[in-house]
Amino acid sequence: MNSKRLVTAVAAGAAVAMALSACGGSTGGNSGSGESGFNAALDKTLNPSEKKGGVIKIANAGTWDSLDPGETYYGYSWNFLRLYGRSLVMFKPAPGGASNELVPDLAEKLGEPSDGGKTWTYKLRTGIKYEDGTPVTAKDVAYAVLRSTDKETFPNGPAYFEGFLNLPEGYKGPYKTPDMDTSSAITTPDDQTVVFHLKEAFGGFDYMAQLPQTAPVPKAKDTGAKYKEHVLSTGPYKFDKNEIDKKFNLVRNDQWDQATDPNRKALPDGYEVEMNVNADDIDNRLINGDLHIDIAGTGVQPASLSRVLGDPSLKANADNPTIARLWYTSINPTVAPLDNIDCRKAIEYATDKTSYQTAYGGPFSGGDIATTIMPPLIPGQEKFDLYPAGADGKGDMNKAKEALTACGQPNGFETNIAYRAERPKEKATAESLQQSLARVGIKLTLRAFPQGDYFSQFAGNPPFVKANNLGLVVNGWGADWNDGFGFLSQIVDSRVIRETGGSSNTSVRIPEVDTMLDAAIAETDATKREAMWGDIDKRVMEEAVILPGVYAKSLLIRGKGLTNVFVSEAYGMYDYLALGAS
Amino acid sequence: MSSSTGAQNPFLEVRNLRVHFPTDDGVVKSVDDLSFSVERGKTLGIVGESGSGKSVTSLSVMGLHKRGTADITGEILLDGQDLVGLDPDAVRRLRGKRMAMIFQDPLSAMHPFYSVGSQIVEAYRVHNKVTKQVARKHAIDLLERVGIPNPKSRVDDYPHQFSGGMRQRAMIAMALSCDPELLIADEPTTALDVTVQAQILDLIRDLQAEFNSAVVIITHDLGVVAELADDIMVMYAGRAVEYSTAEDIFTNPQHPYTWGLLGSMPRLDRERTERLQPIAGSPPSLINVPQGCPFNPRCAYDALNGDLSTTERPEFRDVGGGHFIACHLSGEERTRIWENEIRPKL
Amino acid sequence: MPATVITYIIRRLFAAVVLLFIVSMITFAIFFVIPKLGGGTPETLASRYVGRAATAETVRLTAERLGFYDPILVQYGHWLKGIFVGADYDYGPAVDHCPAPCLGYSFRTNQPVLPDLLDRLPVTLSLASGAAVLWLLAGISVGTLSALRKGSVLDRMSMGVALAGVSLPIFFTGLISLAFFSYQLGWTAPGGSYTPITENIGDWAYALLLPWITLAFQFSAQYARLTRAGMLETMNEDFIRTARAKGLVERRVVVKHGLRGALTPILTIFGLDIGLLLGGAVLTESAFSLKGLGQYAIDAIKNYDLPKVMGVTIMAAFFIVLANLVVDLLYAVVDPRVRTA
Repeated sequence: MNSKRLVTAVAAGAAVAMALSACGGSTGGNSGSGESGFNAALDKTLNPSEKKGGVIKIANAGTWDSLDPGETYYGYSWNFLRLYGRSLVMFKPAPGGASNELVPDLAEKLGEPSDGGKTWTYKLRTGIKYEDGTPVTAKDVAYAVLRSTDKETFPNGPAYFEGFLNLPEGYKGPYKTPDMDTSSAITTPDDQTVVFHLKEAFGGFDYMAQLPQTAPVPKAKDTGAKYKEHVLSTGPYKFDKNEIDKKFNLVRNDQWDQATDPNRKALPDGYEVEMNVNADDIDNRLINGDLHIDIAGTGVQPASLSRVLGDPSLKANADNPTIARLWYTSINPTVAPLDNIDCRKAIEYATDKTSYQTAYGGPFSGGDIATTIMPPLIPGQEKFDLYPAGADGKGDMNKAKEALTACGQPNGFETNIAYRAERPKEKATAESLQQSLARVGIKLTLRAFPQGDYFSQFAGNPPFVKANNLGLVVNGWGADWNDGFGFLSQIVDSRVIRETGGSSNTSVRIPEVDTMLDAAIAETDATKREAMWGDIDKRVMEEAVILPGVYAKSLLIRGKGLTNVFVSEAYGMYDYLALGAS
Repeated sequence: MSSSTGAQNPFLEVRNLRVHFPTDDGVVKSVDDLSFSVERGKTLGIVGESGSGKSVTSLSVMGLHKRGTADITGEILLDGQDLVGLDPDAVRRLRGKRMAMIFQDPLSAMHPFYSVGSQIVEAYRVHNKVTKQVARKHAIDLLERVGIPNPKSRVDDYPHQFSGGMRQRAMIAMALSCDPELLIADEPTTALDVTVQAQILDLIRDLQAEFNSAVVIITHDLGVVAELADDIMVMYAGRAVEYSTAEDIFTNPQHPYTWGLLGSMPRLDRERTERLQPIAGSPPSLINVPQGCPFNPRCAYDALNGDLSTTERPEFRDVGGGHFIACHLSGEERTRIWENEIRPKL
Repeated sequence: MPATVITYIIRRLFAAVVLLFIVSMITFAIFFVIPKLGGGTPETLASRYVGRAATAETVRLTAERLGFYDPILVQYGHWLKGIFVGADYDYGPAVDHCPAPCLGYSFRTNQPVLPDLLDRLPVTLSLASGAAVLWLLAGISVGTLSALRKGSVLDRMSMGVALAGVSLPIFFTGLISLAFFSYQLGWTAPGGSYTPITENIGDWAYALLLPWITLAFQFSAQYARLTRAGMLETMNEDFIRTARAKGLVERRVVVKHGLRGALTPILTIFGLDIGLLLGGAVLTESAFSLKGLGQYAIDAIKNYDLPKVMGVTIMAAFFIVLANLVVDLLYAVVDPRVRTA
């Protein structure tokens, strides 16, 4: 018995030793350009180069929702899609905050609003062709947008256009309602001009025009749900071989003309993309140099985290960007005694923010302590802190007790906190709140719900929330794009709350905020608009219906041998358009 | 010690054989100082209860004890060549060729997955460089010789398709495939019906006459060797207790243990009036063999010797005409008991 | 006798078909009945097939398109019908026909499932067969040596390693060995490597070498233990003594007589193992990023792509049934007593 156990121990020990030597061995590292280092690619371009050639190897731990520009809804996919698709407008491929700037791509310049922001006109550049040599026309852009509104065929894509465009009643897309007149929504006065007609004014329409859904699709080549098998490229690269959910590769598109495209350098000769790759293996291969990009851009696996942070040579080749995501907790005013603002404030004050941050993995993999709703990289975000948690970040007990007294509950009260059962970090958050609020007598009972139905049936279902006294709901939100609308509209607008459930907003029901949102949405002046988003953020915080936790961060490994490496704030990951292979 | 018929050099001669098995509980002295011999054309019957050392003896002769488990000393001379201490591979080359063995239960002794023919072919081809076809022909001839009907088709049958008697015939065919000069049959008929037993014994006798081999038959049943053996050795607790010609053993047995064996022997030639009398008690532990006569605890006559039976081991000695026994009883006592108490009851 | 063998096979195949239907029903029920019992509605089911922030209308349309409003039996009936007559699927501008036997049509990729399965089968087949050869060789030889030298240092060591092999999960050994042999030493191919055997047999073997060894390491342990136990028993059989009495050399006694007798229980386990593996060596394929059936199954489950899950489950069940049938037939080859019984 003992000898057996001993042998097992020896074998396990050997395996661990192997693992350690494997870790230690793969140092080497990028020497040379003395500018590399931890977070070096956050605000500048590393290894700048104009050298063409090479192939960039990419892995995805999962699969794309769709490669069809009309149907994809992942940030990484939008980032990557710019290699083979050109939308009207795009985020500027530049390091740091500059990436949040919108620049024209297919269009000659940004959209021209008229009718107070209800009509938006885009002029297309000339000389842009599909990979088969057919010229791109404004009709293709209009068709692409219209087809993307057929949510029966393309259920995965974002639904902004059908929400904002003035489409005729009963329109179901070009397949099912081919003869319906859509000129109330989109018109193409000539082959180079496309005009969008909105129901309401929308000042930030350029953000919608940067959606891949505006990348042109030629009607003659459209195969509906099967178009993702061979998307016709307008970018510098086209699909060579595409095995859905397995792998594909991109090669140069000889019909792409650099003269029509000020944004793309098209350095590598091609891309090889592999899907369903073991996530831990991806980290190993990135460190080893066998792979250039973990395309999901969400950061390393927990197993690699301490390894990267603990090894200076690995850490020097990593970046730790903040992303446009907030981990927060909803404070539901529909649940007594949280209908009293002072009781809500007591929670804001009593929260131990440091412990909240620890629940999400600490400052590197978790993120920075949040005091506002909008993360710092959203233009217009204003740094303020209405409920200071004290110098140590552990909460202000005196203020919390004062608030409780004001609320008429000087000894505290009891309520429940909901979290997603599958997410250990949310459970840790709930436990952390349970402990920190207990310090002022607020007793929390933990309630776990399955994440698949978390919003539809439980924490996002207002009658359920009320009936089950879910005073607190652990929550999180990431923007579709980095602006106040993309970030705030789904979580602070009371009109998205559905009594049947399904919205992640259950707590923000402030009519004044709804009005402020409408005003900001209609504002076409970007600077004014951005200031308005900041005001909304503050107004919501005054009501103490959202408890901000952390601004999320991720830990990215720079692939070996890449040139022009920088983190795009717009996507919260490396910019895939600019990269080259040395 | 020489055999009753003398003259010739014995083909197998065993001298002072000791087979000891070291175990965690102590040394098991399975065979202790055993000597015997067999000539070509002669048959020796070794008789004893299970655990008396008779099978261990035969396996020692064949060199079939697992390497390292048995501690063998003494001499085993096969045609003058000592097998004890001989290179295991040299012994292997003798096995099946010059000495062969027939086992007790032919069903378990034959490999269930191979046809009877192929098992005979294998035995033949180990020692003879012939083609498979030649060996197969030989196997069919052998099967015919041992009395398997229709051997040409039965040669491809599997052991489970044979009856018990046929299987034993096939085993004999296998053993005889290389014309061995020594044939050891270990309980060759125990697993068989009474009528089949007689046929198999007849077959062994016929074959022996034909091949002129030396035969050792090992059995717990004196009846088996009654008609077959020239000489009989009775073993008890790893030692010989009586040795003589078969005729002598049956007509004038001298050892109380032999009497017991005779008493428990089923007889076909007369109707039984009493139930078989098994020998009371069980054989002694071979680890701690008792002082004195090993049979003492089961012997009905030990009181006649005073303390002698418990203190002194009886010498294995010639009591006249090549009749050996190991017993403290005096000649008169033995004659008296045999004549008055044993023979009338048989 | 051949006639009875044929009827036997036919009977077994028929039973297999029945079994496959039961498996399909259970899989179907797991995906539809159990969520329903948990309070799920057609919309909550459909919400798994739409993007985030989908409107209620999108969810409703999706539920409708996928037929979630039909009673479960009707839905199952549709699936069943597809197997016999094929099925048509609307993909926007036109309709895709999934010819019989249509094992389903993916909700996500808009592809019929069967061609996908057949496309991925060679990977799993290559992985399982190569590993099986290795683990049989390693397991049986180590097990045999251990049995013959019972209690020796070799025996204890190999049984200790065998214990480790059984205990260490493949996603651990797989990743460790990749990190060490592929990335550190560069001896073996990196994760995700695969070349079809039809293209280049050398590349095929090179790419799969590490997955084979890793998978075989885990299985050989079990086979070594089984072989050891079987050999310990068999080598005490009377027919082994007979074989020795014939004067056979020890190797022949061990291999031809001992091993042959000890193989039967191994055959049973082997049938089960290989059947399970052909249905998808889930952990190995995942650790080595091999695009086989197991990977396909994981991907399907992660995406709630029921038609794929159904397809791969049926495929796995089919292989288990098939492997057991083959094992039963092999029994008759190995053990003549079975043939006439």
